[in-house]
Amino acid sequence: MMTNNVSGSSAAAYSEQWDSVIGPQKGRFSLNLKEVWKYRDLLMLFVKKDIITVYKQTVLGPIWFLLQPIMTTVIFTFIFGTVAKISTEDIPKGIFYMGSLTMWNYFSDTLNVTSKTFSDNASVFGKVYFPRIILPLSKVLSGFVKLCIQFSLFLIMWVYYTFVTHQIHPNATLFLFPVLLLMLSLLSLGFGIIVTSLTTKYRDLAFLIGFGVQLWQYATPIIYPLSGQSPRKQFWLFLNPLTSIIEAFKYGFLGKGVFSSGWLCYSLVFTLVTLLSGIFVFNRVEKKFIDTV
Amino acid sequence: MNRDTVIKVENVSKQYRLGQLGSGTLSHDLKRWWALTRGKEDPFLKVGVKNDRTQKVKSDYAWALKDVNFHIEQGDTLGIIGKNGAGKSTLLKLLSRVTSPTLGEIKIKGRIASLLEVGTGFHPELTGRENIYLNGAILGMTKKEIARKFDEIVEFAGVELYIDTPVKRYSSGMYVRLAFGVAAHLEPEILIVDEVLAVGDAEFQKKCLGKMGDVASHGRTIIFVSHNMQAVQSLCKTTLYMKAGEVMEIGRTDKVINNYLRREVKNQMSVSWTDENEAPGNDILTLMSAEIVPKGVKDADIMTVASETEIKFRFILRKPMSLNLSLHLNTPTGLCIFNVTTASVALGIGEHESILKIPANLLNDDIYTIRLLFVKDSSSIVYAAEELLTFEVADIPREGNWFGKWEGAVRPQLDFSLK
Repeated sequence: MMTNNVSGSSAAAYSEQWDSVIGPQKGRFSLNLKEVWKYRDLLMLFVKKDIITVYKQTVLGPIWFLLQPIMTTVIFTFIFGTVAKISTEDIPKGIFYMGSLTMWNYFSDTLNVTSKTFSDNASVFGKVYFPRIILPLSKVLSGFVKLCIQFSLFLIMWVYYTFVTHQIHPNATLFLFPVLLLMLSLLSLGFGIIVTSLTTKYRDLAFLIGFGVQLWQYATPIIYPLSGQSPRKQFWLFLNPLTSIIEAFKYGFLGKGVFSSGWLCYSLVFTLVTLLSGIFVFNRVEKKFIDTV
Repeated sequence: MNRDTVIKVENVSKQYRLGQLGSGTLSHDLKRWWALTRGKEDPFLKVGVKNDRTQKVKSDYAWALKDVNFHIEQGDTLGIIGKNGAGKSTLLKLLSRVTSPTLGEIKIKGRIASLLEVGTGFHPELTGRENIYLNGAILGMTKKEIARKFDEIVEFAGVELYIDTPVKRYSSGMYVRLAFGVAAHLEPEILIVDEVLAVGDAEFQKKCLGKMGDVASHGRTIIFVSHNMQAVQSLCKTTLYMKAGEVMEIGRTDKVINNYLRREVKNQMSVSWTDENEAPGNDILTLMSAEIVPKGVKDADIMTVASETEIKFRFILRKPMSLNLSLHLNTPTGLCIFNVTTASVALGIGEHESILKIPANLLNDDIYTIRLLFVKDSSSIVYAAEELLTFEVADIPREGNWFGKWEGAVRPQLDFSLK
C-alpha cells in the first residue's frame, strides 16, 4: 500500500513535467536559442534553398551573384561619377561604389526580405510549427553567403588598386570588418523583424518600407563621401546608425572616410536596442499572427 | 495500467475577430491596451458570440473554441469529429502550435508532428531529393534522421526515377505521394493528422491508413480529424465530438459517432402543412405534405445505403385534369442522380397521395435533395417544388481497410461473381 502510494505520487510528479506549454501570447526578450539549435538543420536547409533557387533554370547560374554588383557599379559610376560628377575623394570610382554598394545591398536586401517574414511565409507558418525566428535568421545567413561571393569581387579590385597601382592606402581599421558585418547583420535583422511584426496587423507599414529603404540609402554615405559634408550635416548623418559603419569600412579598406569610434559605439548601442526590441515584438506576434495576417 | 498523460488541454478558448481588419482594429487595440495598462480585464474578452456560422450576429468577436478541456494518454488514438465550423481545425492549429489560445493552456509531453497539409514548404524549383530534406526538416526531423529514412521515403512514394527532377514537373499524384511519404516517415511521439487522406487514389489512401495504423500500434499517440466516420471508426479508440466550439462528448468511438449522427445530420425528412393558405402551391394545386420513410431501420433518423426507402406526397387538386408526377433526386452539388415519373392519371378534385419506393442498395452515401414536378397532360408543368426534402444516406461498415468515398453516382448491388 505504501509503495503504491509512493510510486503513484512520483508518477504524478513526473506527469507535471511538460515539454511544452502553449498558453496565451507573451512577449519575451529571449530568442530561445536552445530550440533554434535543435532546428539548426532546418536553418541550413533554408539557406541552401535560398541560394540554389536563385539561379535554378538560368544559363549563367551562380555567376548572376557577381554580375549584379558589377552592373550596378557600372551604372552608378556612370550616373553619379560621370554625369553628376560627385567626388569620390581621389579613390577610383569603381572600387568606391563597389565597396559601399556591396555593404549597402547586403543590408537592404536582408532588411527587405526579413521585413516580409510573416506575410511571405504565412502558408508555411499556418500549417506547421518551428521556431519562427529560423526564417529571418536564414535570410540573414543566405544574404551573408551572397555577400561573401560579391565581396570577393571587391577584394580582387582592392588588391589591384592597393598593391599594383597604389591608388588606395588601407589601414589597420580594416580589421574591424567582422564587427562591422556583424553590426550590419544584426541591425537589418532587428529592423526587419520589427517591421514584419508590425505589418501582420497593420499593412500600412509595408507600403512605407520600400520607400523608406530607398530614402535610407540617400541618408547613408553610399554614393558620396561623408567628408564632403559640413560638420553640421555630418552630425545629422551620423545619427543614422549605418553612417559610421559604412564610413569605418571605407576608412579601413580605402583609406579615406570619417572614422569615429564614438559614433561607432552609438551605432553598436542602436543595433543592440533595435535587435532586442525586434526580438520582443517578434516573440509577441509570432504566436498569434496567423489569425491576423 | 496507469498510462502517462501526454496532452492536457485546460480551459482553452480561442477568440477570433470577425469581419475586416482595418481601422477598427486599431481603436480596439488601443482600448484593450488602455484597459490592460490600468490593470483591468480585456474588455473584448467579455463579448463574443458562440460560433454558429449560420446566424448573423452583431458582435465583432466570436469564440471559435470555448472552454475546451480534455486529456490524451500515451498510445491513444483520438478521433475528432464535428461539422464544418465546429472548431476542429482551430483545435488542431492550437495543438500544432501554429497559433496560441486566447485563454487557457495546452500542455504537451513529447515531440509532436502535425500534418495539417501534405507538402508544406515544398518548393517547386527544388528536386524531389532536396524537397524531402527541406520538408522533413520543416516537420522537425534532423538531417541525419532524414538521410536514414531517405530510401524508404522514395520507395513509399515510388518516385525513384524522378528524384533529381524539380517537383514542379511531377504529376499531382507523384507530388502528393512524395509529400505524404515524408510525413509518414516522421517518428514523433504524437502525430496530428488532418484530413490529408482526402487526396490521392484509393490505393494510396489504403497505404496511408495502413501507415497510420502502424504508427498507432507502436505505442505512439495519434490525433485524427476527419469527416469520414468509417475511417475514424476503424482507426480511433476514443472520439471527441465538437459542436460550435465546445466539446459535446468524448468517449468510446462507436457511441460518440452514433450520437453525432443522430444530432448533427439535419435531415429535412418530412414537411407538412395544416393550413392550406400557407402551404406551397398555386390556384391549381397545393402541396400538403412530403415525407421520407426509411424501412427496416431501428433508428429512424439514420438511413444507410442498405435501407429501403419510401417517399410520400399528399396534395390537393382544385381542377380535374390528367396529371403525372416527375421527381428528380439531386445531390447538393446539382448532379441529378435520377428522374422518375408516374404514369399520367386522370384525377378529380380533392386530396391525392403518391408514393415512390426506392429499393435498398441503390443510392450511394451522400446528401440528396428532391425536386418534384406536377405535369399536366404529360407536357406542361403545373407546379414545381424545389429542394423539397433533404436527407443523408450514411455509409455502412465495410470490410477491408479502405474507407475513401465510394465512387459512383449510385451504388447498386449487382450479381457480380468470381469463381
